[in-house]
Amino acid sequence: MSLGSVPLKYKISIDRDQCMKCMRCVDNCSYGVYRIENDKILIDSRRCTACHRCISMCPRDAISLQEKPVDYRSHPLWTAQAREDIINQARTGKIILAGMGNAMDYPVIFDRLVLDACQVTNPSIDPLREPMELRTYLGKKPARLQFTRDDKGDIELKTELAPNLKLETPIMIGHMSYGAISLNAQLSMAKAVARTGTFMGTGEGGMHESLYPYQNNMIVQVASGRFGVDINYLERGAAIEIKIGQGAKPGIGGHLPGEKVCTDVSCTRMIPLGSDAISPAPHHDIYSIEDLAQLVRSLKEATEWKKPIFVKIAAVHNVAAIAAGIARSSADAVVIDGFRGGTGAAPKVFRDNVGIPIEAAVAAVDQKLNDQGVRNEISVIASGGIRNSADLAKSIALGADAVYIGTASLIALGCRVCGNCYRGLCPWGIATQRPDLVNRIDTDVGAEHVANLIHAWTLELSELMGAAGINSIESLRGNRDRLRGYMLDEGMLNVLKVDPVGA
Amino acid sequence: MCGIIGVIDRTKARMDGSSIKRALSLMNERGSGEGAGYVAYGIYPDYPDCYAIHVFFDNLIEPKSKVDEVLQKWGRIVHQEEIPTYEQPGLKKEHVPWRYFYKPYTDFIVGSNNPAEDIVKHLVMAVNSTIPGALIFSSGINLGVFKAAGWPEDVADFYRIEDYKGYIWLAHNRYPTNTPGWWGGAHPFNLLDWAVVHNGEITSYGTNKRYVESNGYKCTMSTDTEVVAYLFDLLGRRHGLPSEMVVEALAPHFWDEIDRMPEKEQKLQRTLRLTYGPALMNGPFAIVVATSKGIVGFTDRIKLRPLVVGENGSRLYISSEEAAIRVMDPEVNTIYMPRAGEPVVGRVVQ
Ligand code: SF4
Ligand code: SF4
Repeated sequence: MSLGSVPLKYKISIDRDQCMKCMRCVDNCSYGVYRIENDKILIDSRRCTACHRCISMCPRDAISLQEKPVDYRSHPLWTAQAREDIINQARTGKIILAGMGNAMDYPVIFDRLVLDACQVTNPSIDPLREPMELRTYLGKKPARLQFTRDDKGDIELKTELAPNLKLETPIMIGHMSYGAISLNAQLSMAKAVARTGTFMGTGEGGMHESLYPYQNNMIVQVASGRFGVDINYLERGAAIEIKIGQGAKPGIGGHLPGEKVCTDVSCTRMIPLGSDAISPAPHHDIYSIEDLAQLVRSLKEATEWKKPIFVKIAAVHNVAAIAAGIARSSADAVVIDGFRGGTGAAPKVFRDNVGIPIEAAVAAVDQKLNDQGVRNEISVIASGGIRNSADLAKSIALGADAVYIGTASLIALGCRVCGNCYRGLCPWGIATQRPDLVNRIDTDVGAEHVANLIHAWTLELSELMGAAGINSIESLRGNRDRLRGYMLDEGMLNVLKVDPVGA
Repeated sequence: MCGIIGVIDRTKARMDGSSIKRALSLMNERGSGEGAGYVAYGIYPDYPDCYAIHVFFDNLIEPKSKVDEVLQKWGRIVHQEEIPTYEQPGLKKEHVPWRYFYKPYTDFIVGSNNPAEDIVKHLVMAVNSTIPGALIFSSGINLGVFKAAGWPEDVADFYRIEDYKGYIWLAHNRYPTNTPGWWGGAHPFNLLDWAVVHNGEITSYGTNKRYVESNGYKCTMSTDTEVVAYLFDLLGRRHGLPSEMVVEALAPHFWDEIDRMPEKEQKLQRTLRLTYGPALMNGPFAIVVATSKGIVGFTDRIKLRPLVVGENGSRLYISSEEAAIRVMDPEVNTIYMPRAGEPVVGRVVQ
């Protein structure tokens, strides 16, 4: 018995009166929606992923796209998605893969938090006329200053600062590996972070030679697969990040399909050509917190204590206690990746159901570290679903030192969040290794767009801080006083340590 | 708004409270008649080594017996009495001001460099957060805070502050936007040897509060000034920073300035900012802080609140208004305005 086909996800149609038959749509679609027969453009809507490549390239605005063109009988529990997943699994017997972040309709806490501004009792500050300091240092900080007195009785500073990363703006680009994304995507972002005085992650795929000129703005990652890791790699990074987990798929490893492992990727990752790159779920040398502390120290030793070490964990239920454990190691920063974090490919059941939102995670971590008196000694980086400068400001007010953006920077390169990254056919040249697609990104133009985005958020953050009468980012960090919860329940307000609006 | 004034006689010659009362009253347009207060150092020479603990009691039954009990548990009450007050038509007596002269048992705690101070600090936090109807508002040696809800002259006459003689005085005329009419909300704020008067609003309060809480302080007075006293106590007393450096931590140089400094200074300033980032105070303020060793006045980093300095011989005045200094000391010869964030320090000469 056949299950038959499920309805189309999207329906593409061309306004034939408008169309000039330039064939751009045919050339641009890597999923094979369009083909030409007898001088006519035929459409196979079933292949469409809503990546919008054709729509954005059509000179005549002739293409239209309709989502869910076929209705199911509506049912609150048995949604179309639930039914299709079952049909799909009945047919294949496999785990369902999905790309990009959590696609479930959970309420977004950021959208229920509002920021503050000054009126009368204190003046707001105009960032165009007064200094506004966004400079952020990431790394270990001393608990207190210590001095000695020289023979003349003058005081001499005894405290030595550990190496810190200096960011001109508290926005960094998170780890997206070469392999998962293209070299041109990485290069565009590398040029952008170098230009804006901030940093990006290499991901766990090693560092390709052509990124060496930007290595001072790159954070190298050591993940469970240890791909591309050697001393040369560690030494090139401005900082080193140990990846324990990822918000999109906490508790499981990663899988880069062999098709994506071309010559360059295999060299950079140091694995055979065309072989699947599988990152195990745990690091096979980390079975407890003390093992992590040991790895942190080993990496520090290897790089002569010259580089800050970050530890990235997925936001899971017990995130605050785990972060407190990490704070006790020699790690300089802890990265918390919320459950909305993006990914090239994750089992859908994980992406949509495991982990907790970044807002609650960062607030809980900040509170725990504060209760233990060590908050300022370690940096906290928030990531996973940060969409705009308001999310950025709110993350900092909830206790983050800085944020990682991922999806937002990809959107600045063209990505339309179609969620098909794992197929390796990204028509925007981002999540693909196919040379013709990769070449669609001009890295100078890409860099300009990503730098523009960082710059624009930085300007907006300055304005938000000025309006709140704050001229230095330190004074926004953890400052729950300048946040209010709107329509959040008491339990959540308590976790966030935020008062409700009107209070 | 709010008006502040402070004076120190660097030779420790004592002044009675009458002239600071005149100066503070002159700044009545900066206040609203809902809070005023004074602190004076050197007023209790008869108890030179006792902590003078001033308490507002709502009544002398339950709260007082609880405070007596906890004080006696941790030390010896050398003397106690109601603080003399004199009825004023314009001031409603909401609490009974009481004072204890107190010596903590220093062998009761271990692992502390200064057990006496740590015990007193603990008692202040414990009483204010757990005993309803009792509020310790002054806890230093040989110093005392006198404050209430009312106009400066009424508060001064209520306590007859001209009867007290001190070598440092700070005073504050309040225009409250928070907790109006609450005696505990009036300035000065004091903890141990630190007293603070403050004009302004600290926009970084949330961050500063979390930082001091993280270091064992409890903010109980629902106002931002309290946190300044705790920051000075933490950085100045517990971390041992000189007061100029405390000011540099609270109102640090801008990164642009730091980047241009000579190497050694740059390193110091960078380390200071990184270590004490959560102590940085933002928003408009002018503050005068006192200890038994001197006073320091400073403003926020872009000077959004006024601060004027006057000098005459051994006396140094710091105030919101020049006129207030001139009314206190018509002979004052130097008057100047410090730059934003620049500390003005008056030290007792030993
Ligand atoms: S891109 Fe637009 S105009 Fe060109 S062929 Fe396709 S639909 Fe027609
Ligand atoms: S990167 Fe490409 S494939 Fe992935 S969601 Fe964006 S547009 Fe789609």
